[in-house]
Amino acid sequence: MIEQLHSDQPWLSLLTFAPLIGALSIILRRMMSRTDENGVIVDPKEAAQIDTNARRIALGITSLTFLVSLGVYALYDSSFAGYQLVEEVPWLGGGIKYKMGVDGISILFVLLTTFIMPICILSSWDSIKSRVADYMIAFLVLETLMIGVFCALDLFLFYFFFEGSLIPMFLIIGVWGSKGTKEFAGITMPSRVYAALKFFLFTLLGSLLLLVAMAWMYAEVGTTDIKVLQEFEFGAGAQKWLWLAFFASFAVKMPMWPVHTWLPDAHVQAPTAGSVVLAAILLKMGGYGFLRFSLPMFPIASADFAPLIYALSIVAIIYTSLVALAQEDMKKLIAYSSVAHMGFVTMGIFTGTKQGIEGGLFQMLSHGFISGALFLCVGVVYDRMHTREIAAYGGLVHRMPLYAFLFLFFTLGNVGMPGTSGFVGEILSMVGAFKVNSWIAFFAAFGVILSAAYALRLFRQVMYGELTKEALMAIPDLDRRELGSLGVLMLFALYLGFNPGPALSVFSPAVDLLISNYDAALAGGGR
Amino acid sequence: MGIFETLSFALPELVLVIGAMALLIAGVFLGDGSARQISLGSVVLLLIAVILVIFGPGAPAAALFDGAFRIDAFSDFAKVIIFAAAAVAILMSDRFLGGEELGRPEYPVLIVLAAFGMSLMVSATDLISLYMGVETQSLALYILAAFNRDSRRSTEAGLKYFVLGALSSCLLLYGASLIYGFTGATSFEAIAAASKTTESNIGLVIGLVFLISGLAFKVSAAPFHMWTPDVYEGAPTPVTAFFSAAPKLAAMALFTRTMVTSFPGVIDDWQPVIALIAVASMAVGAFSAIVQTNIKRLMAYSSIGHMGYALIGLAAGTATGASAVLIYMSIYVAMTIGAFACILMMRRRGGMTENIADLSGLFRTNMPFALILTVLMFSLAGIPFTAGFFGKWYIFVAAVQSDLIWLAIVGVFASAISAYYYLRIIWYMWFDEPAPAFERDVGPVLRLTAWASALLMFPVLVIFMGPLRQAAENAAASLF
Repeated sequence: MIEQLHSDQPWLSLLTFAPLIGALSIILRRMMSRTDENGVIVDPKEAAQIDTNARRIALGITSLTFLVSLGVYALYDSSFAGYQLVEEVPWLGGGIKYKMGVDGISILFVLLTTFIMPICILSSWDSIKSRVADYMIAFLVLETLMIGVFCALDLFLFYFFFEGSLIPMFLIIGVWGSKGTKEFAGITMPSRVYAALKFFLFTLLGSLLLLVAMAWMYAEVGTTDIKVLQEFEFGAGAQKWLWLAFFASFAVKMPMWPVHTWLPDAHVQAPTAGSVVLAAILLKMGGYGFLRFSLPMFPIASADFAPLIYALSIVAIIYTSLVALAQEDMKKLIAYSSVAHMGFVTMGIFTGTKQGIEGGLFQMLSHGFISGALFLCVGVVYDRMHTREIAAYGGLVHRMPLYAFLFLFFTLGNVGMPGTSGFVGEILSMVGAFKVNSWIAFFAAFGVILSAAYALRLFRQVMYGELTKEALMAIPDLDRRELGSLGVLMLFALYLGFNPGPALSVFSPAVDLLISNYDAALAGGGR
Repeated sequence: MGIFETLSFALPELVLVIGAMALLIAGVFLGDGSARQISLGSVVLLLIAVILVIFGPGAPAAALFDGAFRIDAFSDFAKVIIFAAAAVAILMSDRFLGGEELGRPEYPVLIVLAAFGMSLMVSATDLISLYMGVETQSLALYILAAFNRDSRRSTEAGLKYFVLGALSSCLLLYGASLIYGFTGATSFEAIAAASKTTESNIGLVIGLVFLISGLAFKVSAAPFHMWTPDVYEGAPTPVTAFFSAAPKLAAMALFTRTMVTSFPGVIDDWQPVIALIAVASMAVGAFSAIVQTNIKRLMAYSSIGHMGYALIGLAAGTATGASAVLIYMSIYVAMTIGAFACILMMRRRGGMTENIADLSGLFRTNMPFALILTVLMFSLAGIPFTAGFFGKWYIFVAAVQSDLIWLAIVGVFASAISAYYYLRIIWYMWFDEPAPAFERDVGPVLRLTAWASALLMFPVLVIFMGPLRQAAENAAASLF
């Protein structure tokens, strides 16, 4: 049984749709401006004014949303295991409701989302110069959708947010992505368009099977309420197919090897803030999906398919780490390292042990801060030099000591250095894996070594050596805004690294409940 | 039932026919310059018909004219949308009525007559009245396709449509005669009773296949879709806008009623046929549209694909399936009208443009227009947060419930492939360098229609989907 506590006030809806209010106000402001027949705003002063306003509104609203999410967290009872702050409103009828709620698994992802967004807006402050208002609208809409994913307690509603988040991200990559062209299937297109399409179609293809599975479950159970579905016992045969359908969707989103190829393209082409959101939050939706759906709804299939997950995770950890070693492009390197780190997450989650699952959750949280910060770091030099090629840099430590320090910190966090949050997640998921099968942990440990190799290589080539390149001679160090964003992220990564207890205690009741249901289902299924 | 009571049920149709004839006479007296007034009159007629349908003698179900027609929640649902769509189509032609293309009073009257034919179609419960409705509609549509008689392409479109349409009518008639021969009945009810008792009757099945072929032509499902792209491209664009909406819904409603009420006993025979047609249509829609550069042709292939999805609901053969067809088709009608309103707004000095590349950079040159078209394209692609997704969802639920999971899987893959060409339009609008801007002065009707359609897709229907689903469910329940 999963209990749920209803809320008198629609706090989660308020939180989810708050960014949308900002987006609407920017749209209204933009529509009120006078434009000529080509849609260009007549008065350049007014255009600049609109852009500035858009930035301010976006920052204000995302910060406000963060405050609201802190308020929600204050209302959240972290000792209660089931769903809290639940809201239910009839929607489509026939068993499909608008139902929101959070539990220990989702609440911290909501906070992560609302926390990362103001940083994204700040990082785009100067670097986005064209169509600023539209850019801010896209990000605000995206924030609504992302919070919605983590708060939805109805599978249909979840799918709505999950798929809906493709739209703004597609536009962000396609409109504000970087330059260059790509030849594909005989068509020459800008490479940002190629990346946007690949991102969209990969994710769409993956999640369409989820749609069919969802239709089947709806036909079978008569509702898409997540709580009811989690309590419903699907037959072992049906579980297998349902699990595979859900797996297709979440594996692409995660992304797991071998369906990860969209990620490096998307990361490279996306603007800095887009990469940050992608790495810090969108990837987490896959892991969240595994924990919310695959494990609790299809426990027997999850146990049966766990070896497959282990194998894919190990391949991801070792293979993509090796691929990362060979990268010439900073963003691509970090993208591949993300795939490797997500390997730890999937491995941990499907061990079905407390350490493994909490490790997976913690790793996702920590990766949100650290990889987000690394993409911000790349953004810092990209804004200055407009190249992401590793070879174009070298010796930056002489000109940018502050930057070098922060970059080093996040590099070590990425490697999993004790004292950073990266360490806690990795060690916990490895412990979880070790309990199930020591060989899995053995192979996964290679990932730690390899990640040190590629991350430190990146750091060495960019930071150390003599500053010989002419273009780099005058490169300025971090400004206040960059320092602020990276500094805050560093504090969080340090705090979680030294004191993982509070976060783990938030996870703990929900994870305990999940595991006890999981074990009971396996025992009931004769295993 | 006395004749007056019977006629009182047929009041909307009577209003349409008598009104149309009166308008025709008025048009002759007033001359060619009166197209605007006549079209206004036609719109009023259609709106009166809508009101009569909604507030009419609301018996739950009534069989009229010796069981040739039936007024029930199903026909009411379809009629409201058909009349409304026809009225919008006339209004959208407003700009063209003054010009040479469509500036004749017969134009709106033909649309009213076509709508009358459609309302017969959705009420028909007899093979003879079915044929009558189909022909009444088709004859009006043939003329409309060739309405711009000085244009070669329009004439060609009309001729092609007529010849192929006549062929499909032959198939339909031949099938109907076989069915009559083997069951001894023309009314759906009697056919249903006969087909239940007859052991898998090969003659009936052959007749059924012919009937399905004829009907598949009318909904432009593959492999009977060949006429669609040419007719869509050749016909004047306001006419295409009309073609793509109301007639599709009428034909699909007729198809659904025919299949589920007259052949429930032989569902095992026709279900695979419909499923095959659905798969073929989705494949044609998904793959052929990718290479199109003309937006009207693209919409033609897109509509073929959409008919494929709707046919999945029909193939399910259940009440859920029938209501899914209605939901899908009503959403489809609303979004396709909006899409054509956008196409009609694609005007530069020197007239209409139809190339997809003309939309390049629309986002910069005309943001509201780009936003509308973006919403509509995402909705056509069936991406969540637009109503188009609901249509697909209910179709897939119906398929899965009837153990047609494979069909649902084919459907989702087809929709992923077709997402590509909808995304391509969006990519032209958002990612490319701007082409010269379109004319700003498009008239209030088109702009309003486009806005209304886009707002329906997001967010109105997203929030208020419940009532539409309920209405469709009630309508479908009246078939069973």
